[in-house]
Amino acid sequence: MENYISLFVKAVFIENLALSFFLGMCTFIAVSKKISTAMGLGIAVMVVQAITVPANNIVYHALLKEDALSWMGITGVDLSFLALLSCIGMIAALVQILEMILDKFFPALYHALGIFLPLITVNCAILGGSLFMIERDYNLGESVTYGIGSGLGWALAITVMAGVREKLKYSDIPAGLQGLGITFITAGLMSLGFMAFSGIQL
Amino acid sequence: MNEILTDETKKVLTEPLVTNNPITLQVLGICSALAVTSQMSTSLIMALALTLVTACSSAAISAIRNHIPSSIRIIVQMTIIASLVIVVDQILKAFAYDVSKQLSVFVGLIITNCIVMGRAEAYAMKNPPLESFMDGIGNGAGYSLILIIVAFFRETLGSGKLLGIEVFKLTKDGGWYDPNGLMLLPPSAFFIIGLIIWSVRQWKPAQNETVEFKIMSISHGEGGHH
Repeated sequence: MENYISLFVKAVFIENLALSFFLGMCTFIAVSKKISTAMGLGIAVMVVQAITVPANNIVYHALLKEDALSWMGITGVDLSFLALLSCIGMIAALVQILEMILDKFFPALYHALGIFLPLITVNCAILGGSLFMIERDYNLGESVTYGIGSGLGWALAITVMAGVREKLKYSDIPAGLQGLGITFITAGLMSLGFMAFSGIQL
Repeated sequence: MNEILTDETKKVLTEPLVTNNPITLQVLGICSALAVTSQMSTSLIMALALTLVTACSSAAISAIRNHIPSSIRIIVQMTIIASLVIVVDQILKAFAYDVSKQLSVFVGLIITNCIVMGRAEAYAMKNPPLESFMDGIGNGAGYSLILIIVAFFRETLGSGKLLGIEVFKLTKDGGWYDPNGLMLLPPSAFFIIGLIIWSVRQWKPAQNETVEFKIMSISHGEGGHH
């Protein structure tokens, strides 16, 4: 249990996907102008991350890893080079299915999150989460924890960013820094803040 | 030779460098641009890999653009891109294992790099293969330029080296330069990109963004003592 809590805290703060690995930056910068939309996207990322990381974990361990096909009586086969293709396919398929389920059973939620779902397929944070899971060899329980934690960390970062940017538009910024430039500098300062967590040992 | 370097191919090759840079102006592909830049060697490999993938995928997608049903085009584009990335990843693992270990997941993340998808969708779906290939090279070069500038500052100021060769002699070896540890941490990449954007926009003010709220200046005589 302690292992899982430590992994969770690490995924949310210390190894924050957005601010210490720069993942999902394109959407992070583009969709962080208003708190409400930023929060919507953050929640969507968290949900998708919590589903896709464990799903990719199952596929990887059951089909792709070296000698993973031994349950079918096939040994000595290593399909791990297909991991990239299978991960992105899995993510695209799951996002599509999630969109259909939401549309059918939770129309209100679909209208709130619907526009963000197609964006999520090409969000580096989602694919990055799955690839980190493979690289660090997480088991199923750890990958569920990591999925939720890293999604929450990303959601937290984009919501805070949107809060800062909502106030920032009332400040007097040099013409050349207006918009994109100052957003990067702000992200840098936030990242500096998150770096402060890196000394914490759990 | 003249057939290859037409006006169109020249335009798509040079425009993305400054006037229409994918990173500073279109905000595409910054995800990986920042994470690999703490060293020059990894940035160079990453820039090369991304340029190759963008160019080849654009050419391939453009070659079959009239046969892709538009409802499944994203999946088709993604499969082509992912296959190319797998090839690059395997080549790196075979011939440059150390660099591939340092780049960790970021080679795989070229799949979701917005530049690759963005060029496929915006340019390759509408233009013939050769122009698309050049457009891919041009945008890859624009990305590489920013990557190399960021890596140059981060590696020289952060560890006093460039491509592993000593530039500034460090104080711990009896030299004069005290390395700036912040440059090796992620936040410095954000600051450098922000400053690059600022300098490009000082140079080309047409790229400035419009201001949402104008700050009113307080002029003399409005104080009320009349």
